[in-house]
Amino acid sequence: MYPTHMEETIRKVEATRGKRLKETFARLNDTDKTALLEKFHPDFLTEDMRKLVVGPNKGELTPKEMADTLEGNSRLDPDKIDLSRVDYDVDVLVVGCGGAGASAALLAQENGANVLMVTKLRLGDANTVGAQAGTQAADRPEDSPAIHYLDTIGGGRFANDPALVEALVKDAPSVIKWLETLGVNWDKNPDASMHELSGGGASRLRLHSARDYTGLEEMRVLRDEIKNRNINYLEFAPAIELILDDQGQIAGAVLVNLETNELIMVRAKTVILATGGMGRLHIQGFATTNHYGATADGLVLAYRAGAKLVFIDTMQYHPTGAAYPIQILGQLVTEKVRTLGAQLVNREGEQFINPLEPRDVVASANIRECQERNLGIKTPTGEIGVWLDSPMIDRLRGAGTIARELPAMVRQFRRFNIDITREPMLVYPTLHYQNGGIKIDPSGATGIPGLFAAGESAGGIHGRNRLIGNSTLDIFVFGRRAGQAAAEYAKQMKPGAPTLDHVRKWQAELKAAAIAELRPASPLLLPNYARQPYDYLSDYARQTLTAGQIKLA
Amino acid sequence: MIDIYIMGKRYQVPEGLTILTAMEYCGYRMIRGCGCRAGFCGACATVYNFKNDSQLKFDLACQKTVEPDMYLTQIPFFPAVKAQYDLEETEATGEQMLLLYPKLATCFGCNTCTKTCPQELEVMWFMSDALRGDVREVANKSFDCVMCGLCAARCPQGLVPYNIGLLGRRLYGRYLAPTSQHLEDRISEIAAGKFDAELAELEQASEDELRWRYAERDIEPAYTD
Repeated sequence: MYPTHMEETIRKVEATRGKRLKETFARLNDTDKTALLEKFHPDFLTEDMRKLVVGPNKGELTPKEMADTLEGNSRLDPDKIDLSRVDYDVDVLVVGCGGAGASAALLAQENGANVLMVTKLRLGDANTVGAQAGTQAADRPEDSPAIHYLDTIGGGRFANDPALVEALVKDAPSVIKWLETLGVNWDKNPDASMHELSGGGASRLRLHSARDYTGLEEMRVLRDEIKNRNINYLEFAPAIELILDDQGQIAGAVLVNLETNELIMVRAKTVILATGGMGRLHIQGFATTNHYGATADGLVLAYRAGAKLVFIDTMQYHPTGAAYPIQILGQLVTEKVRTLGAQLVNREGEQFINPLEPRDVVASANIRECQERNLGIKTPTGEIGVWLDSPMIDRLRGAGTIARELPAMVRQFRRFNIDITREPMLVYPTLHYQNGGIKIDPSGATGIPGLFAAGESAGGIHGRNRLIGNSTLDIFVFGRRAGQAAAEYAKQMKPGAPTLDHVRKWQAELKAAAIAELRPASPLLLPNYARQPYDYLSDYARQTLTAGQIKLA
Repeated sequence: MIDIYIMGKRYQVPEGLTILTAMEYCGYRMIRGCGCRAGFCGACATVYNFKNDSQLKFDLACQKTVEPDMYLTQIPFFPAVKAQYDLEETEATGEQMLLLYPKLATCFGCNTCTKTCPQELEVMWFMSDALRGDVREVANKSFDCVMCGLCAARCPQGLVPYNIGLLGRRLYGRYLAPTSQHLEDRISEIAAGKFDAELAELEQASEDELRWRYAERDIEPAYTD
């Protein structure tokens, strides 16, 4: 149920459905696509970015929110840390426990390593569980890894690291099989073949899904397997600094118990960073689809330790975040809705973009429709959006398709008395994904000996724009590779003397650049959404009141 | 503004917030009881009732809108049994499920689990499917479970429906789902190096060449009539 003025434009949407059933909006050519992106994609709003003044990527542009975080102050005073105290001593420390961290832990253990997983929230609380649409793998006879390669690199605006894309597309079918062997339930056709769908920027039907709970299904299974195999894990214990040794190799990490503020010292021969993305930094003020802990921690830790980052000037804005009702503002409306046939239409009920263009293109078109063309729909709270006409799905594919393929979406909107089988959804771009990250090679190795990265915290795989279903693929491809490589590396490495000198050096650099006082403490760990109604309190009183809660600065 | 009560204490919040954002509005900074903030992870299982209605109700804090006179509390952690097993050493049978979760047999069909489920799943029915050994139906009916744990928190017999659903789905995926031959074939082809030359050529191609090939590639229709 929508407010009256929104209902009026829905009448226009309904009126054009018959016409749109036969209508395919032409895909943009290379020139028009570039022009659209340059004018409307947030990545091109360089006034919202600045150049980093310290660290391995000094001189490179990144959004201001990311720059502040990367240039943040350490939460530790190295002089007060006793590195001889060791709470855990392991071969492989996995930081982060979404799809990438879980795969890495399983493979590291299979390859003989003693593994510890640590995570900021609970085991499995990660963006993986929110991934709905599916996982790409070129396994149909009509498809091939080479076509998957071309789709991926074209979607990434031809900037992707070729070796990483090769690894991605070649490992993909084995990943699907691995997950099924662990008990993941893939959607299948009556003839036992995989039920595969199209996706934005994909030229073949290649998305393997588990209803619209794909990431949840993958994560539930991996989490269960970690418990079955007795892999040790610590929850509510994020890493706040890496430990190096006097040879420049990785030597472990310092964690904090989020509930008691106690530090936990982990000595490790290798560390795998699988900490995910940055949505909760709210780049350019955007709402986000990301989970509560997505604050780019791994990038901060790696950067401070001297690892190079790539593509930190490009974020993915998912074209269809919910714009109404306010309770779910910015939450994901899965691309599977478009994959199944829903079109994007403006206030007049007219299409303005092919719904299966890559995400950066569709997001830019949605922004143009609302801003330049002023054909968006305003909500009572002042949000603006365009219609995603879900009822087209049942018109195209038969009644019952929406209920069968999109139970999570139906359920989410039904809570607010919106029936997406009969009514469209109002959507606007929302901050979704960190296209770049820590530079890795195909084994997940970074520039620092013993430090690996996988999943959204790694960069280069997707170039400047990731395709649908390539993230829930890359977390497993590179998680598995990093887990295996780390276990092998741990067998032959010779540990040196642990040190936090890199943190001292970092703080000296911040001071020399005269920015130490200006930057926050980082990693952020958790966003602060608590309203502070007690502003009349003295600082002392506020500190006393919040004792026991985590300190932001 | 409406009145709500968090662990018994009264606060005033604007209408239209979720339970989660209402708590944040009141000054709570979440550590536990908050995850994906979008209805998928099950971290924010919440119990509530109303000032003048003692009947307990259950939902996800990030999805449920606050209502006047709500009494709120969260269940940030609830101890629950999880059987440990080696999936490769199990069978997709009811006997196997009963062996791993013997208390399953003590379910007396009170249906509290079903009434508790914020996903509106037919929890009691998949529990009885498990007892009957219908693994496929356990998987099917439990599929949309976000594993928030509310069913286990409320079960008077101490059963853990969400873990039994998970076991059923894993058994189904591993043993009962039909094998997709095209997937097996493609894995063998990749291992045999069938695509290596084509991929090597693409990796060497200039950006102009790639742009041309990308623009010219044929696109399979998203659906057929």
